[in-house]
Amino acid sequence: MKPSSPKPLTLLDKIWNEHVVTQEADSPAILYIDLHLVHEVTSPQAFAGLRGRGLKVRRPDRTVATMDHSTPTINIDKPELLDAMARAQLQQLRDNCAENKVTLHELGSKNHGIVHVIAPEMGLVKPGMTIVCGDSHTATHGAFGCLAFGIGTSEVEHVLASQCLLQNKPKSYEVRVEGELQPGVGAKDIILALIAEIGTEGGTGFVFEYTGSTIQSLSMEERMTICNMSIEGGARAGLIAPDETTYAYLKERPNALQGQAWEDQVQQWETYHTDPGAKFDKTIFINASELQPMVTYGTNPGMGVFINSTVPDPAAEYQAEKRQSLQKSLTYMDLKAGTVMEGHPIQVVFLGSCTNARISDLRSAAQLLRGRKIADGVRMLVVPGSQQVKQQAEAEGLDQLFLAAGAEWREAGCSMCIAMNGDQLQPGQYAISTSNRNFEGRQGKGGRTFLASPLTAAASALTGKVTDPRKFL
Amino acid sequence: MQTFTQLTSTVMPLPVNNIDTDQIIPARYLKVLDKASVAEGLFADWRYLSDGSPNPDFVLNQPLYQGAQVLLAGNNFGSGSSREHAPWALTGSGFRCVISTGFADIFNNNALKNGLLPLVVDESFFQQLLEKVQSNPKTEVTVNLENQTVLVEENNLSFEFEINPFAKKCLISGQDQLEYILSFEDKIIQFEQQTS
Ligand code: SF4
Repeated sequence: MKPSSPKPLTLLDKIWNEHVVTQEADSPAILYIDLHLVHEVTSPQAFAGLRGRGLKVRRPDRTVATMDHSTPTINIDKPELLDAMARAQLQQLRDNCAENKVTLHELGSKNHGIVHVIAPEMGLVKPGMTIVCGDSHTATHGAFGCLAFGIGTSEVEHVLASQCLLQNKPKSYEVRVEGELQPGVGAKDIILALIAEIGTEGGTGFVFEYTGSTIQSLSMEERMTICNMSIEGGARAGLIAPDETTYAYLKERPNALQGQAWEDQVQQWETYHTDPGAKFDKTIFINASELQPMVTYGTNPGMGVFINSTVPDPAAEYQAEKRQSLQKSLTYMDLKAGTVMEGHPIQVVFLGSCTNARISDLRSAAQLLRGRKIADGVRMLVVPGSQQVKQQAEAEGLDQLFLAAGAEWREAGCSMCIAMNGDQLQPGQYAISTSNRNFEGRQGKGGRTFLASPLTAAASALTGKVTDPRKFL
Repeated sequence: MQTFTQLTSTVMPLPVNNIDTDQIIPARYLKVLDKASVAEGLFADWRYLSDGSPNPDFVLNQPLYQGAQVLLAGNNFGSGSSREHAPWALTGSGFRCVISTGFADIFNNNALKNGLLPLVVDESFFQQLLEKVQSNPKTEVTVNLENQTVLVEENNLSFEFEINPFAKKCLISGQDQLEYILSFEDKIIQFEQQTS
């Protein structure tokens, strides 16, 4: 008799199964974590908890820290200019890392930057891993075919102490994207379109796996942009199966294996894909060739439309809560139903964040700005995602190009994505931002955010209005 | 962790959908090194006027709803960032339970680890309860975790809610989850030996 073939598994199943340490009846699994990323904002109380228990970090070799959220992006050599609380928070991280022998990528050092930008750059992120961080955009790393998700501070403490987490297995949700993108439309537009379609709670309880020819055609940096915003669609993680693009990126990383060892590793990575015939709990299909540049109008990332479309009318919502929520958003944004998004004035442009501050994002914006000037009265902030991105951009002369166009060129960090470090909108200002959240006050109290791609942000900087980048291509 | 078994309390209504963690606790309140001082930032952008004085129109400042330990909030509560400061701000302000038609995953996990019960109800119960507490702020609900029920006594309105059995057990017993994980240390060591 022929042995029956093993049950087909999803990529999620495979990574999950390989990391379950144990699972008792009626209890969540104890899941082993391969890499734990740490930053200054969500870790102090976790280290304090550890200290209170008389414990130390169990695997400092699997723990990597950086400071990015409350760090300055100018005058980084003058810490005295920071407010006292931010300074204390950074010092606390230094002390915690020193006490526990955890590697810390200090402000201004060679590998410093936004946690989700530096980890892949340094070659720490590899297919099949489990990765966590006290930060919801840990989803970014799923671009490499790893299960990567954000956790709270109690869980940060759990992982510091045990290298494990208690987890219930999430369900799988295939996001299949097929078709050729039109010029001027990119990864950010795909993910904003998905979230507009399913809503910010559409993926709750699921892990997305992005599949299809469009996804396969994207670079690693574009894949990271998509996985990064999985959380905005409610999913804790997003996955993309590794392929030649992934291996080529990893081959270039510091400390990549060589020769036969590399070949063996790639062979093992090739097992990380969803088997033919494996069942997803849910599937959605997106036709990439129909997409246009996206922009958000409201106060959550699901409130997005094609750039030449209009702001929807709350009166068309039959459900009271939805109607009221939309009305509340439009009141905050001071937008009228029926307004065409394209052409709406903006005062600030933010090119940055773990969604879109990698070198390809900067190049893509620079391509539009080359030889042009941003509109009078517009403030444009360009904040590279990491020191490495910054160095690379400077080597290519992009810093000079941004400065010549009238933009500000900053040090790496989260900056105006979360507005904790003084880089922030003034009340009432409109910004077009390449970040991931347009929540009320996210980029500064009273500030109003339109989320868009780097290309759309650059085009809008040139005109001072929300602008379709295809006009400049 | 503070245990949770049964609670009878008035209810503060906040029927807004998609209340994200940036609304629950804005980022500028995240520079603290402790948990206790987070509470003053709860709903800060809605609660304070631009001069820093309390906004009399916001429900948290309305005398009728003072002392409520239950928050009734719109769908998809706690979306956005992973900041555990959100449940800390709620528990620090006296809340023990949030009732909604849905919670974001990370918020749900974070709440449970802080003795804050995220209680999911259906649309119809939500609407009826909302009407009651808006028309009569003195309306009390009784949440019984053991039986998984929430009851509005005088109206004979009740709902049986679902909760993950492990989460329930932890809330009732105050089980420390890290202690639970560490009780399997031999298995963790074994796992590390096998995979390294
Ligand atoms: S860039 Fe923004 S979203 Fe990314 S880690 Fe920093 S604050 Fe979070």
